[in-house]
This record gives sequence, structure tokens and C-alpha cells, in this order.
Amino acid sequence: MICEGKVWRYGDNIDTDVIIPARYLNTADPQELARHCMEDIDTTFVVKVQVGDIIVGGKNFGCGSSREHAPIAIKASGITCVIAENFARIFYRNAINIGLPVIEAGEAARAIKHGDVLKVDLGGGLVENKTTGQNFSIQPLPGFIQAIAQAGGLINYVTEAEKK
Amino acid sequence: MGMTMTEKILACQAGLTQVNAGQLIQCRVDLVLGNDITAPPAIHEFERMNRPIFDREKIVLVPDHFAPNKDIKSAQMCKTVREFANRHCITNYFEVGRMGIEHVLLPEQGLVLPGQAIIGADSHTCTYGALNAFATGVGSTDMAAAMATGQTWFKVPAAIKVNLTGKMPEWVSGKDVILTLIGLIGVDGARYQSLEFFGDGVANLTMADRLTIANMAIEAGAKNGIFPFDEITKNYLDGRVSKPYAPVAADEDAEYLQTIDIDLSKVSPVVALPHLPENVRPVSELDRIGIQQVIIGSCTNGRIEDLAQAAKILQGRTVHPAVRLIVIPGSQTVYLEAVQRGYTETFVKAGAVVSTPTCGPCLGGYMGILAEGERAVATTNRNFRGRMGHVDSEVYLAGPAIAAASAVTGYIAGPWEVVK
Ligand code: SF4
Repeated sequence: MICEGKVWRYGDNIDTDVIIPARYLNTADPQELARHCMEDIDTTFVVKVQVGDIIVGGKNFGCGSSREHAPIAIKASGITCVIAENFARIFYRNAINIGLPVIEAGEAARAIKHGDVLKVDLGGGLVENKTTGQNFSIQPLPGFIQAIAQAGGLINYVTEAEKK
Repeated sequence: MGMTMTEKILACQAGLTQVNAGQLIQCRVDLVLGNDITAPPAIHEFERMNRPIFDREKIVLVPDHFAPNKDIKSAQMCKTVREFANRHCITNYFEVGRMGIEHVLLPEQGLVLPGQAIIGADSHTCTYGALNAFATGVGSTDMAAAMATGQTWFKVPAAIKVNLTGKMPEWVSGKDVILTLIGLIGVDGARYQSLEFFGDGVANLTMADRLTIANMAIEAGAKNGIFPFDEITKNYLDGRVSKPYAPVAADEDAEYLQTIDIDLSKVSPVVALPHLPENVRPVSELDRIGIQQVIIGSCTNGRIEDLAQAAKILQGRTVHPAVRLIVIPGSQTVYLEAVQRGYTETFVKAGAVVSTPTCGPCLGGYMGILAEGERAVATTNRNFRGRMGHVDSEVYLAGPAIAAASAVTGYIAGPWEVVK
């Protein structure tokens, strides 16, 4: 899988309350959630985000509440993958389960700037920064995790596997 | 090699004799929990799988976050949960009027047993570690899969040993202990790890203190927090639990990444300043910070012991004219006991609102949302930006003693400033 897009860069400890505030949790509709994604730290995000864009965060990305609505909101905004120095564990698990690729890459996460354009080869384990020309190797995502992402999430993946 | 408490439970549930930190395992779960926010997406996913429920007695559904229904959309979500519970004859569905905040309710109802493995689609599921169980938060998809299979997968966490010694001074409670620990190690200090509590100080902690401490393990990034089984655990379970249970103890040679020592006699009442639970300061070192609201409640501090501490301070006193005090008992049982013990009267006479059990303002749902620029002291567990309302409002986390004292003074205060 290849993701290519512009970077939205955020800092450390981005919690699920800012990714999708609880006041919007009276729905689980992905499109509605996407309309409020990140609004408490960055009101420009929902206005300017484009399909294919990539979020890059610092340490402990996705900490706090277990709401799966957080990765759902990110994915429904058009974001194709999230790169961070590291992730909070429930967010990490949820992201994989709903088919949003997440990549732990300290060096890349620190060097990449807001607005850079990246090409990420998830299977090949390479992040190319097309803006600066820098390359970073990353741990390739295992095949089954890419397959979950391609199926659109764990439940689809499991149901499809059963049919085969 | 020896195993930690967490490793022993996970090994047993996975049907293995030994597990090691870092190992990926598939394991049985004893309870699967969901609430009115996380269960509807799980139900949606579950139904796509077209499978039966694995065990109708092992699923717990609690509408507590936006219930009693705060608006039409919340009403729809609660209805989804209720209809699902009826359709599948779920034994442990707790309706408004018989419910409580999930993490106050489950231990109180005797649903949590030592040695169990529990997952909940709520991050504070880690609360149940107080009862010597392995319990952790997951997302809605994990909940859906577990409702069908009775299983889930885990990476066995490495462990941090927290060695507690001594006895807490007056006005200090479990909340101050856990905030002190988070202040020491930071919000990612135990990321992906298990916090295992030990030491002769454990015997000086009530079950309420332990539940509060385990509740906030997640605020240090931990997968779970767990206490040893002792006389206090046994006394708490007696009369609540009829099933047999098998407590676990750590092996002498279990491995820990690090040991953190906390002398309980040196812990003082503390406050976590906005916007992270790690910004911990002794209340005695703060300048006068004026506040507009105080919340006493939540799964962290909504138990009868918490209300008792607040009532002790508010007895015969009045809430500062500039402050709104909202007291939220954590369950119907806590509510009733607060009425019987006269705490409710104390709160109402002091000028407080006493609410039905709900998460309400803790996550910025309803029942006390903050306006722009407002500050609240709350006995809740998170003070992230915008958590309780407007993005430019502030939440200061503290235990019930500081919260009650601050309601009287109108600024963040230690209890000694009120009770002389
Ligand atoms: S009281 Fe707050 S932290 Fe606890 S379950 Fe409810 S929303 Fe979550």
C-alpha cells in the first residue's frame, strides 16, 4: 500500500478529546464525526484537509479515551495514515481495527514538517519526504495489517476471510 | 522465570503455563463491557458478523455517559443499546434508575472477581485492577469481536512495580496518590505497561482508594493497574460475590522494568493543572486561583467514601456565591446511601446541586458544561483541553477534600483552609 499526501503536523500527547470532542459523540456516523475532527486544536484542519493527506504526531498520539470515534473521524476526513513517534495503546489498536494504518517512526516523526509532501510505502517500509528529499526507513506493516486496512477494517477482514 | 500478577492472569486465560512481556496471546475474557457511546458502534459491527452472543451473562451494558438521555441523538443511542440487550437477553443491562457510572457499578454489583480478565470499551475499565483482576480498555470493534467469540488478543505488557509504604496523612486520599505517581512518571510513563502495586502501604488503602488509583492507571498510559489480594479485598467481596474466585500473587522473581517507591506518609493533597494530568502541584504551593464550578463525582471519585469526605467539609458551611457545586453520586446505591447518611441534605443546604448518577460533565457531555474562560475543580480524571466544555475553559483535577474546600472558598484551596 502506498499513501501520498500533504502533512498535518501536531505535537506530543494529542488526546482523543481533541481529535473528536465528546460533544459530538452522540453520533457514530463517520462523515458527521469527520466534520469536527481536530477542531479544538486546529480549526483549519476540516476546511483544508484533502483526501490522501497524512497526519504526523509526536509522542503518545491518541492518548485518553478509548473512543473508536477518534480514528474513525481521522479516516473519514480523508487521512490515509498517521505517523507518530509513538502511540497510546488503545488508539493504536482501534486504528488498526478500523483500517487506518498507523506507523511508529521516531526519526521521521521528528524531522517531518507541517505541509511537507510525503510518499509512504507501507509494505516496503519507506517514507519519502518529497519536499525535502529526505528518506526514512520504517518497520514495514505486516501483510495481515495491510489486508485489514484494505478490507476497510477488522470486521470486514474477518467476514471476508470466512467466505473464502 | 517468575510471573507478575498480570502475566499470571493472562497465562491462565490463554491456557498457557507461562507468558512473557511482549508476547502476543489470544485469551478468554470473563466480562465484556460497553456504554451508551461505545456500544452502538460495537453493536453495528457485531450484527454485520451474523453470529450469536458468546455468553449473555458475560456482557455488561451500562448507559451512563449521556444518560438519562441528554438529547434526541443520545436517546437513539441508548435505545440501540436497550433493544440489543433485550434481543439477546443480556443479563447485565442496567437501566436508568438502576444504574451507575460503569466503573463504580461493576465492582459494587459483584461483577468483578480477582483473577479475571475483563475488557471494556471504555478506557477506565482498568479500575477493576483494584480487585486483583486484569482489566483494560479497548475500542468498539474489539468489543464487537469479543461479544461474538468471548476472546481477544493482547500483547503481554511489561510491568512497573509501585512500592507503597507508610500511611496517608489526614485529608490525603487515593486520588492524591495516583496524581503524585502520574506527576512523577508522566502521562506516557507507563505507556503499554502494567502498573503493579505492592508494599506494606497497600494495607492502609481502602478499597475506594484502590479503585481510584487503578482507575487512573490509564492517565499514565498504562494498559492496566493491579493490586494484590488481601483481607480488604476479601471483605469487599464478601456479600457481593457468590461465585468462587482465584486470586493471583506475583512470583518473587517476577521481572519489572523499574520500581517506583512512594512513601504514603509524604504524599500531600495535590492538584493537576490544565491541560494534562501530569501537571501535578501540591495545593499548598498554588497562588489563589479563582473558580466558577466544582464537580464531585465520576468513576474516579463518585463513591460513598468520596461523598463522605466532601460532606465532612461542607457540613454547616455554604458554597461560595461565585461557585456552582455539582455533586454526582456514582451509582444508585451510592445515591441512596448518601441520602440515608444525611450527606444529600448537607450538600443541598450548602447550596449544591445533587444529580442522578451519570458521567455528565466529566467528558463534557451535559450537567455542568464550562463556558469560555471558566475554571473548574473536578474530582474527575482528565483535564485535556476542552474536556469539560469550551476549548478555552480549564479543569483542575483533585480529590474530594480539595474540591469541597474550594467550593467553599471560591478558589483552589486545601481542606485545612476551611476546617480549622
Ligand atoms: S465518569 Fe468520566 S472517565 Fe469515568 S467512565 Fe464516565 S466519562 Fe469516562
